[in-house]
Amino acid sequence: MPDVAVIGASMTKFGQRETWVRELLAEAGEACLDDAGVAPDAVEHLYVSNMASGEFEGQTGVPNALAHDLAAVPAYTARIDQTSSSGGAGIYAAWQSIASGASDMTLLVGGEKMTHRTTGEATDVIASLTHPVEYKHGVTLPSFAGLTARLYLSQFDAPRESLAKVAVKNHANGARNPHAQFQKEIDVETVMESPIVADPLRLYDFCPITDGSAALLFCPAEKASEYTDEYAVVSGIGGATDTHVVHERADPTTMGGVVESGREAYEMAGVGPDDIDVAELHDMFTILEFLQMEGLDFAPKGEAWKEMDRGTTELDGELPINTSGGLKSKGHPLGASGVAQGYEIYKQVTGSAGDRQVDADVGLACNVGGFGNCVTTAIMEGRR
Amino acid sequence: MTMEAYRYEDGSITYPGHPIGPDGSEPVDTVDLSEYTAEVVTWTTSNATPPGVREPNHLAIVEFDVDGTPVRALGQLTTGDVDIGDAVEPVYCEELREPGAGIREPDSQAWDGYRFEPV
Repeated sequence: MPDVAVIGASMTKFGQRETWVRELLAEAGEACLDDAGVAPDAVEHLYVSNMASGEFEGQTGVPNALAHDLAAVPAYTARIDQTSSSGGAGIYAAWQSIASGASDMTLLVGGEKMTHRTTGEATDVIASLTHPVEYKHGVTLPSFAGLTARLYLSQFDAPRESLAKVAVKNHANGARNPHAQFQKEIDVETVMESPIVADPLRLYDFCPITDGSAALLFCPAEKASEYTDEYAVVSGIGGATDTHVVHERADPTTMGGVVESGREAYEMAGVGPDDIDVAELHDMFTILEFLQMEGLDFAPKGEAWKEMDRGTTELDGELPINTSGGLKSKGHPLGASGVAQGYEIYKQVTGSAGDRQVDADVGLACNVGGFGNCVTTAIMEGRR
Repeated sequence: MTMEAYRYEDGSITYPGHPIGPDGSEPVDTVDLSEYTAEVVTWTTSNATPPGVREPNHLAIVEFDVDGTPVRALGQLTTGDVDIGDAVEPVYCEELREPGAGIREPDSQAWDGYRFEPV
């Protein structure tokens, strides 16, 4: 089985965009091919990570549309939908296509167009992933976060401000990212005084609704040097699920899919949590950063919040987390988010992250779908 | 109307029921959780609700004790004046949210059910 390399990456500006999903996907796809210096007709497989273009704007069949727009016909195409972890699942699919020998050049583009919908409508499209016994009660993903945050703070005697510090950190990182939706620093007081959305969580504990896209280009590692001197190798990848019905989990503060996908990725890469230099975690809600830190063994159970005061996860800390600004600051265009996590890790391990650059050879991206319902974890190592 | 949970061959109970239980066995019986009281595991009040949902929307995960077997459920609360560990009981509600106001096909599922009220 050949090692799989990432030889190109791109992402559009995240935020409120005038363009629709087809154009967003084409923008990132074209930029990614340009970044790697690869012609469109070299693409053998083309995957599109997207959760809900049909529901959001009535546009289906986006992979084929993208192949045509990029002049990548007759590339094989497929849409990868794993709700919010569609991007991570796309990395998994792209890795499989190269590792299996089915493709020698795979382009992955993730994208979503959401901001033309009201917050209530967008929230409902996302909440439609829930079981009927959950949906009829008006449950939303933010309300799952409120339920879990209350339990976490109570069980582990964690101060409410520790969650606010996640938002403050990620906004500070996002301020250095020209692609981020919010390039603005905030303080703890701003978070703590913002409106309550799902008690005890407030407005600044949540990611925004976002338009945007991102792309990665994959080929066998043995051929990577034909295109570039600096690339990344996908050294580990894992994917797993947890219960569809969230309340059926024995421990609501443990995300089983994070634990299992992380274990698989570590094992495949032959590394452990201490070997990770930088990580992108799915901070759709601030509480999720703690749950993933613990699920991936970056911190003991119930103690991730203590790392906020130690500065461990800051840009100059021992393990920088969400150097991109995370979903919290960079934005969360559903299908694009996991690909954009991969973009950030690729940039970090190839030494091209600009103002956000940290000392990193090995990076990890954890992309969460639903409320931990399905998770993909990828580990990338730089080759320079 | 009942709040129907499934009991499986190994004695475990889930709400909702599934064709195959957590241990891989098929269901052998049903349990009406509306006849039991439960304890609040955690709760929230949601102030940003989707179309057709009351605002604010008080929600809780609760745990029933069915003759020594724990069973969890999620549902609306009748009040936001609760705390972790409080005892609650199911109270029937004809329409928990407005069918058809959201994205889900109205005929694809039931819209009545039980809210949890402090005992």
